[in-house]
Amino acid sequence: MASVQDFVAEKFEKKAEAEIKRTFDDLSDTNMATDELFSFADYNEEEAERTGYSDYSYWGSTVRLFLKNKGAVCMLIIMLAIIIFTFVQPHLPNQFDPNKANMNALFIPDRNIQPNSTYWWGTNSIGQDLWARIWAGTKTSLFIGFTVAVIEAIVGITMGVLWGYVRKLDFFFTELYNVIDNIPQTIVLILLSMILRPSIKTLIFAMTITGWIGMARFIRNQILIIRDRDYNLASRCLGTPTKKLVMKNLLPYLVSVIMLRMALAIPGAIGNEVFVTYIGLGLPSTTPSLGILINEGREVMMNASQRYQLIFPVVILSLVTISFYIIGNAFSDAADPKNHR
Amino acid sequence: MAKYLTKRIGRSLITLVLIICVVFILMRMMPIEGYFQNFEKLSDEQIQSGLREMGMLDPLPVQLVHFFQNMFKGDFGVSHKYRVNVAVTEILRDKIPVSIKLGSLSILVSLVLGIPLGTMMARFKGKWFDKFGTLFIVFIEAVPAVVYHLLIQMYGTKWLNIPMLFDGADWRCWILPVFSMSLGNIAYYGMWLRRYMVDEANKDYVRLARAKGVSENKVMFRHIFRNAFVPMVQYLPSSFLNTVIGSIYVESLYSVPGMGGLLVNCVKGSDNTMVQAIVLLYATVGVIGLLLGDVLMTVLDPRISLGGKEGGR
Repeated sequence: MASVQDFVAEKFEKKAEAEIKRTFDDLSDTNMATDELFSFADYNEEEAERTGYSDYSYWGSTVRLFLKNKGAVCMLIIMLAIIIFTFVQPHLPNQFDPNKANMNALFIPDRNIQPNSTYWWGTNSIGQDLWARIWAGTKTSLFIGFTVAVIEAIVGITMGVLWGYVRKLDFFFTELYNVIDNIPQTIVLILLSMILRPSIKTLIFAMTITGWIGMARFIRNQILIIRDRDYNLASRCLGTPTKKLVMKNLLPYLVSVIMLRMALAIPGAIGNEVFVTYIGLGLPSTTPSLGILINEGREVMMNASQRYQLIFPVVILSLVTISFYIIGNAFSDAADPKNHR
Repeated sequence: MAKYLTKRIGRSLITLVLIICVVFILMRMMPIEGYFQNFEKLSDEQIQSGLREMGMLDPLPVQLVHFFQNMFKGDFGVSHKYRVNVAVTEILRDKIPVSIKLGSLSILVSLVLGIPLGTMMARFKGKWFDKFGTLFIVFIEAVPAVVYHLLIQMYGTKWLNIPMLFDGADWRCWILPVFSMSLGNIAYYGMWLRRYMVDEANKDYVRLARAKGVSENKVMFRHIFRNAFVPMVQYLPSSFLNTVIGSIYVESLYSVPGMGGLLVNCVKGSDNTMVQAIVLLYATVGVIGLLLGDVLMTVLDPRISLGGKEGGR
């Protein structure tokens, strides 16, 4: 064995030598003509005063870094446009009621009509206008997503701070976490939506009942890490109240990750709504949501001429979820102080 | 090691018992239609006597004890809607093997495709392969699974010229369901493996290897890959859960005669006892998956100190 090792070592040494030699050659090439490096600098009184000056601002740097990411900015614009449009759309001229089964002059329902100038995205199997339904559905889905994200964040942060800060509660919360984390969330979702009558409120309840604990766990871990750092110890010695300590010293550290988790919770919740509808426990069809529209589209999917009923909601859904995903990731990169120079 | 294992297994058992209790209590809150075949036609007295016969009117703790006793005898009750008065275990007996076969094939495929994806993305970081891979991962991670399952079914069956619905005897029918179920995990493995490999690539030992003049491919596969692969094990349990959830979609889409499709049918038909049994089965699979992940992790990585680590992911 020794001989093989020697052989390998020798080989490496030779290679390393060659490498070093090459590097030195490179250096001597580039560093020869650098007379200006040793010339005197001009003395400027104003410049000399500027030592120790920093124009660093946390949010300023965050926004600047975020704006540098062209793809994310693009997605943000699309996102905002969609959100605003869901509110504007019902007030535009020539719009249909999303729940009204439209009929023609002879009182025959306008079933499965391809997209045309009256029905911009066509109609579904009972003659409802798909354009109006999709925007109403997007609004519902976005509402569910935002509400779930906000509730999870509020409950998660509060519980996480308690969990991390109050030592007596640590055991209880840890055991609770171990149990909840072991239960597949889908199971909870299925059971709760089966028991409660399907409505927006019960869906949000079923999604948040276990969702907050992931956030709480994360906040707890971070707080355990930074709770006893010197600057917090100093604050505590100076008599800073705990509330202020948490709000001013601890939470600002966690903004980036909280935002990321919230941004990812939105597409997650929208996806969960689609799932619950898919297994037949979703909202009543009078409150259109993206899940309902996709499910309705799925039923006519086999028929090539009616596929538009699936394609339109799918495109909008993908656009919404992908933009949240990208915006969330870009923002959390930008908000991370480690990336600020 | 043994101490840690007993503790971890004990915790899983406690969790299971808790889950069973919670599921049981939740099931008692279900609409009672789910316990009768033709609820609308029954009079109040018939409903009451029916409930009494099933022991539903006993106090809750008594019911719970009965439930546990029956469970240990392997008796999960009878189906009330799906196949009337057939034992749940008998219905499930034919379904479980299909689901296991589908699930394990899908995990195999996602490992076979996901690991090279992550490795190649890290190897060609910033090149076009990496960019395409990232695009793929973002799409799969962000878009709800049902969207790409539907698209694959819609266009895949046409391109491959195979029937929409599943036929276990025809091997071509397995391709699309297995592939759809694997996509999520492929993206998942690819994303994390790439991240770990990129992290690992900045470490000193890699720089040393490069400085020694070890070829780039050797550095990637001999040094970086081996170290980056160990933490990947912790994602195995989550991918287990992903597969379980994916099976619910895929099996019902392609009408695969497995448990996932059955669950959707029974939820739609509100067959309480069936839902109860399948949900418990899924929860058990989930708990075992997480347990296996933790155990594998401690076995594979000697750097992890035993006993000190908390359970969970």
